[in-house]
Amino acid sequence: MSGNLLKTELMGIPMNTPVLTASGTFGFGEEFADFVDLSLLGGVMVKGTTWKPRRGNDGVRIAETPSGMLNCIGLENPGVEVFLRETLPRLAKYRMNVIVNISGTTVEEYGLLAEMLDVPGVAAIELNVSCPNVKDGGIVFGTDPKAAAAVVRAAKKWTKKPVILKLSPNVTDIVLMARAVEDAGADAISLINTLMGMEIDIHTWRPTLGNITGGLSGPCVKPVALRMVWQVAQAVKVPIIGMGGISSWQDAVEFFLAGASAVAVGTANFVNPHVTMEIIEGLESYLQEKKLSNIRELVGKVNCG
Amino acid sequence: MVLPKFSLDAEILGQERMAEAVYRMTVHCPEIAEVAQPGNFVQMRLLGGEIFLRRPFGIADADAGKGTLTFMYRVLGRGTAAFSCLRPGERVNVLGPLGKGFCMDVERPLIVGGGMGLSPLLFYAKSMGKKADVLMGGKHASEMFWTKLFELYAREIYVTTDDGSMGTKGFAVSLLPELLETKNYDAVMACGPDIMMQKTAELSKAAGVPCQVSLEKRMACGLGACLSCSIDTAGGMRKKVCKDGPVFWAEEVFL
Repeated sequence: MSGNLLKTELMGIPMNTPVLTASGTFGFGEEFADFVDLSLLGGVMVKGTTWKPRRGNDGVRIAETPSGMLNCIGLENPGVEVFLRETLPRLAKYRMNVIVNISGTTVEEYGLLAEMLDVPGVAAIELNVSCPNVKDGGIVFGTDPKAAAAVVRAAKKWTKKPVILKLSPNVTDIVLMARAVEDAGADAISLINTLMGMEIDIHTWRPTLGNITGGLSGPCVKPVALRMVWQVAQAVKVPIIGMGGISSWQDAVEFFLAGASAVAVGTANFVNPHVTMEIIEGLESYLQEKKLSNIRELVGKVNCG
Repeated sequence: MVLPKFSLDAEILGQERMAEAVYRMTVHCPEIAEVAQPGNFVQMRLLGGEIFLRRPFGIADADAGKGTLTFMYRVLGRGTAAFSCLRPGERVNVLGPLGKGFCMDVERPLIVGGGMGLSPLLFYAKSMGKKADVLMGGKHASEMFWTKLFELYAREIYVTTDDGSMGTKGFAVSLLPELLETKNYDAVMACGPDIMMQKTAELSKAAGVPCQVSLEKRMACGLGACLSCSIDTAGGMRKKVCKDGPVFWAEEVFL
């Protein structure tokens, strides 16, 4: 790393780089320790955590699409107690910012989870109100501005950690959602989660995925994500963590220009396990070439004049 | 034991059609060939074209001396079709070695394989150095090129085909009770269709012989992160085929 080109701060959290990894695509970080210097990442948004353990969905869970994939994992996770007791202590040695992504079935459950995770070793909490793959909750809170705001207020009430709300793209007006969660006190907004999609097997006439529908991610969603980040950046003052199909440093630059203060890499980790390191190197070279002294000088600089 | 993992671009040395839609591909990848164990797999990514995700391939041979990895695979969809079009000299990205392999600490194993399930078992047979017998099943004699490959490494080979065009007519498992009774196997290693592995697990248990099975599931990362390949195991535990497997003790997943 050359100097402090990429050093930044988000919600009061110092970050070596503004490159994070998106929840559900990077496990708990440790799975990628052979390929990535985890301390170089701005943070690892760990696999979605719920109050009780969840076994996830049955049947086929992924399908490839043109330039992307569908998934319907369904929030499989061991539950917050196992996370706190077994996973979190194990992560200490990697010196990374652990951002815990949480999903609740009620507003109260978000508050409860936020309180349980108000412990050393957790850098921030990301509220997942946009998982399209579970029936009891998640998306319900992600498509109604009042419900999303209530989730933010519940989390903020019960934790001193910074609270990020992850927006769903499966709404008519993303700006309305963003304003609602900012007003409710969210410290940052991350977007986008997956776009709801589907595949049908033309030989069996059945949906490919066990859950019938799934979330679309990968390079194919990048233009949608970028547009939404740009729209939200016009409307809110809190920092934005941009994500959705980022697979290269060039993609990341676009998100910064659109108004993201940090980016998260998701599906690309499956294809290239050290893609985040390549993105970090590429961003540094780009800033040097553009004679910029810090990544912050790039944020929101798209010229739509 | 957790093996070091690599993600490397590897040159294709050979691509050979073995039977209708069945191919053998060899790549030069010394780092992975050096450490791979029988039952491990790799996730391969095409460096150009429209295939986005990696595809898992069981390792049919790892030759540390030559630095090569060999894969046997059937063309089933767009991904494997694209792999079959690769020619020597082209490159492919190889991520591995991945997963937990077969138990090597046995003296007299019986290998039970059906169709492409024989692929990882070939590496196992070689590594066991003429200690293993092989019971193999296939649809038709035209697919049983496997006998020639296993002849180099196996003690005895028993063959069944669905239509009787080679060996005994029927499924591989139909010969299993007799073999388990008359031979003194101390383990059974199975890979093939689920129904075959299930039956093999049941018969092995009845005969009191420990059995391992190698499972196959759609997966994206191969590293235990995406949870695409999650399965139910004994005691209600969820496990990942890519990281906790693909080889499991049969009681864990079938019984």
